[in-house]
Order: sequence, then C-alpha cells, then structure tokens
Amino acid sequence: MDASSSANDAAKWRSGTLLSGEDELASRKGGWRYTAPAKPAAPAPTVHVAVAADTPATGEGTAMAPVGAQEADAAEKDAVPLPPAVIEASALDLTFQTNDGPVHALKDVSLTIRKGDFVSFIGPSGCGKTTFLRSVAALEQPTGGTLTVNGMTPDEARRARAYGYVFQAAGLYPWRTIARNIQLPLEIMGYSRAERRTRTEDVLKLVELDGFANKYPWQLSGGMQQRASIARALAFDADILLMDEPFGALDEIVRDHLNEQLLKLWDRTGKTIGFVTHSIPEAVYLSTHIVVMSPRPGRITDVIESPLPRERPLDIRDTPEFLALAHRVREGLRAGHAYDD
Amino acid sequence: MRSILPVLTVLAIIVAIWQLAVAPMNIRTALDMAERGGAVVEPEGGRARLEVSSWRLMIDNPEHVAAGYSLDRPRLPTPAQVGEELWKGTGKMIERGRAWSKRSLIYHGWITLQSTLWGFALGTTLGLLGAVAIVYSRVVDMSLMPWAIISQTIPIVALAPMIIVLSGQLGIEDRIVPKAIISAYLCYFPVLVGMVKGLRSPGAHQLDLLHTYSATGLQGFLKLRVPASLPYLFTSLKIGIAAALVGTIVGELPTGAISGLGARILIGDQFGTPLAIWAALFAAAILAGVLVTLIDITQRIVLRSMGMQT
Repeated sequence: MDASSSANDAAKWRSGTLLSGEDELASRKGGWRYTAPAKPAAPAPTVHVAVAADTPATGEGTAMAPVGAQEADAAEKDAVPLPPAVIEASALDLTFQTNDGPVHALKDVSLTIRKGDFVSFIGPSGCGKTTFLRSVAALEQPTGGTLTVNGMTPDEARRARAYGYVFQAAGLYPWRTIARNIQLPLEIMGYSRAERRTRTEDVLKLVELDGFANKYPWQLSGGMQQRASIARALAFDADILLMDEPFGALDEIVRDHLNEQLLKLWDRTGKTIGFVTHSIPEAVYLSTHIVVMSPRPGRITDVIESPLPRERPLDIRDTPEFLALAHRVREGLRAGHAYDD
Repeated sequence: MRSILPVLTVLAIIVAIWQLAVAPMNIRTALDMAERGGAVVEPEGGRARLEVSSWRLMIDNPEHVAAGYSLDRPRLPTPAQVGEELWKGTGKMIERGRAWSKRSLIYHGWITLQSTLWGFALGTTLGLLGAVAIVYSRVVDMSLMPWAIISQTIPIVALAPMIIVLSGQLGIEDRIVPKAIISAYLCYFPVLVGMVKGLRSPGAHQLDLLHTYSATGLQGFLKLRVPASLPYLFTSLKIGIAAALVGTIVGELPTGAISGLGARILIGDQFGTPLAIWAALFAAAILAGVLVTLIDITQRIVLRSMGMQT
C-alpha cells in the first residue's frame, strides 16, 4: 500500500468520524476537545475501533501480523475496512556499535500499528522494546529496513508533531508550574498565548489535574507528576502517544489507578498508543495488541490480539479470559528466554 | 532565627580566644615599653628576654600582662582596638564629614569595591561565555579546559606585578584596569566550572524530550539549560565575588598604590602601624561578607520566584 494514501485515509477517517457534528471553529480551537463535553456525540470512533479490535479475534493477528500475511488477510476480508495503518515497520534492523562489538538491538522487526490501537511492548531488558519506540520517535536511527509514521519518515513525522512521548521519569521542569510545564511544547511550537491557556486547561481536565495548574512539581505525588507529563504529551494534540514504561517507577496501587485512567483517556481521545512495559498484567489489561519481544537479537516473538472488550473494569483481571491471555504472554516470554540459554 | 544562638556562640568563642591570645603575643612589647619607662622587669634587657618563652615572661612579670592590652603598636591588637580603629576609619569619618578623605576606610573600600565589581563583571562574563562554548563544542572543551585549570595553578602574587607592568607599558594610565584584570583572572574560574556543570545538568531524557518537540538549539538553551543552571550559577557567583575581592587586594599590594584596602595593608606594614593593617583586613572581610550576602539574597529571591525550594 502506498504511504501518502494511507495518510490521507487517516485524515479522512478523523474528519469523517471524530469531528462529525462539530463545527470547523470548535475543532480548530481544541483539536480533540470534542470528546470531553459530549460522550454520546462521538460514538463513531468507538464503533470503528471496536471493529478493529473485535473482528480479527477470529482470524488471529490480522491487524498485527507480519506485513505479507496481513495484506493477504486484508484482501480476504475487504468487506470490513480496517483503520488505516499509523506505524509501519518492515524488516527493521538496528545495530549499536559498542566497545564490546555490535549489539543487535532490533533484528528483522515487522509490525503494523493501526489507528486507535493500544499496543503494548513487553519483554525482558535488552529485547529492543524501548529501542523500537525510540526509533518511531526518531530518537534512534534504524540501520536497516523501513519505518513509516503516518506515511512519513520518523523524522518528518516528528516535525509534523505526529506523536507525544512520555518517559519513565516525569521530567517536569522544577522551575515551572504544572500549567507552564504543559505549555512547554506549545511555547516551542509557537502556539499563541490564548491557545496555550485553553489547551492547558483541557488536558489538565483530561488527566484530572485541574486545580493543580499553579502547583510546582515537587508539590505533587509521583503519580500526579506522571499524569502531568502525560498531559504535556497530549497538549499539542498528536494522534500518537508513545509511552516508555510511564508507570514503571510507581507503586502498585497508584499504577492500577493510572492504568484505569489511561484506558478512559484512550477511549475518549481515540489516540493510537504505543506502550512499553515490564508488567504482564499491565500489558494485558491495557492493550488491544500485545507485542512479545525477546533479546539478543531484539526481535518480536509473538503478537497477541486481545479478545477483551474495550470497556475494562479493574476486576476484569480476575476473569478466565484475562488469565488465559496473561498465560499466553508469559509463555511467549518464556519461549524467548529458552532461546537464550 | 533559631540559628542565631549557635552563630553568636561561635562568634563569642572566637573573640574569647583572640582576647586571650593577646597576652602572650604582646608580652614582649609590653615589657620593652615598661622597661623604657623605668620599671624593673625579669629578665632585664630585650636581648635576654628573647631567650625566654612568652609563657615564662608572663609568669615572671604578671603585673605587666595588662599593659599588653593597650599598646599603641601591638603585635596582636585586641578586638576592641580593632573595632575602635574601624570606627575611626568609618563612622567617625562620616560624623566629621570626611568620608572621602584619604584616611577614611570608606574611601579606600570604595576604590577596592570599584575594581572588584569591574573584575567580577569581566570574570563572570568570560566564565559564562567559556562555559557555553565548552558545553556546546567538544573541541573547545578539550582545548580550553586544561588552560583554564593551569591558569589557576599559577600563584596570583607572581602574576599580578607582570600584569601591572604590562598594562603600564601598553600606556594604560588608569590604575583600575590592571586591578580589574587580576580580579577577573581569579573570578572567572569558579563561574566557568560551575556553569559547565550547571549547563550540563539536564539529563539525557530531558534533551530527548525537547528533541521530540523539534526544539531548536536556542530554545533548548533558553528553556532548559539556562534555568537548570541557575542554582549552580549563584553558588559560583558567591565564590567568584570573594575571589574577585582577593584579586583586587592582591593587585593593590605590589603597585605602590596609595589608595584601596590593599594599599592600606601595605602602608600599615611599611609604617609599622599594625592597627591600620588590621582595620583594613577587617574592612575587606566585611566588604566580602556584604557582597556574598547580597548575592545570596538575590539567589533566594530568584529561585523562590522560580518555585524552587531554597
């Protein structure tokens, strides 16, 4: 498939479904603010994404299968249009030159992430999950294969503000208030003062931090700081959210709470999310697709499509479906390790 | 405010030690004066007394120990004498409307302060520029940094006369110029080292984050590196201004200068007026204290307005 048309599709898809019922002005003002005021006003994306998440449950890994298989699959069931591909990697290689010789961080990684997917990357240290995410963000240069984001090279996508990136450390500037921290990318990107203010208010509401705008980071708990850093990544309204172990440094209880919030946020905004984690329950709870990776060389060993519904209360984690899924992920991780020994 | 008690205690202890030290330090001079006045002291004759320790002299002549506390030219003046001399050079001069006379410490302090501030401004500017260059260029880092370190290993007392002679040969008449240069020479280094550390303090993920925003180098500098370096800057400035003052005083010593606190110290030495030396020393210390405190207050105000805990 050709890149520019898929980008166009993405745009059409957004304007056709997400922005329906909103006038031009409103959509320009706040981007995705359509989601916050009127939940029933935007049922379309929910349905649309649900199609993506549900249909392939029968034919395993349609959306995520290696490129060749997926194209055949797509031709087979062209009756149900899949959401456009947002991130496409094919035969991606990345080798770091170190003093101890070359390290294969990524080897022959092929993956398609579609609009509205929530994709988790799980695997032991050194399996390349973070490297993959950083490559998508143009923070690393792949040494082979192709990688496109919204049909562009990662570098172009970065300049087109295609994604927001959330690091493990919240990394808020201690000399800026929460509101001013969230305005940082907006200042850099040259948004007007009024625009910056409305956007900041909006994203603070989205992460339930309204009322903390004028606090300094040290006045907030670790979980709240991480929420502020997510708000910062959302502020300039990128379609893609890349999260590198965002809750890794937080305790279990806070983590559960943030997982729940993140799902709601994803549901409301319809973003495409790439999420790196070490935690099997977290990956299974959050994702529509789980990418299991293994190290030396870093590669994908399994792509699991979640059969879980989009609405996920926390206690879904006690259901047999959830446990079976977690089991499969664990098996995948174990298989990757056995290769190692 | 609770810290005031320990501060005063330490001050009291220092003054007490000083006060006690006056007796053994001044006993010889006191005995010389007493002998000249016709009193009989043990042993007789200044030469003979050189063979005896100060403690022995104090034990043998207890009635003359007190005289050591009121000498005109003591080896070690008492705190009260130094305080009085300071007052004579400052407060009393103002009372008499002669604050700018050549005998006023305010006049000499002002001369010293001027070159200190010029040197501080020059040194800080050089330090800041050097730090920026070092942080942004690996070549500069590797070529400039060793020289910066070497520059500080040369004793400034050896270098100061050369700078003064050289600036004289270049036809620079104004005495403030070589003094400011010497002062800047001492002051740029702490600023350079502190700011290199400060500008490099943002971590890799902070820089990555800016990269994901496609921020320009200038934006990264102004929005991240500069604010992140401010706590380091103020610490450096405090060391820097003290060094600048020392530099100026050193610059005033070998020049035959007749004004400035350094010149007062030199003249006091040449004319055998230790009280003048001590008063000038204390004036310099007080000046340094005031300057550092001013920077400290600025630091508190700036960092607090930036929301940082100080």
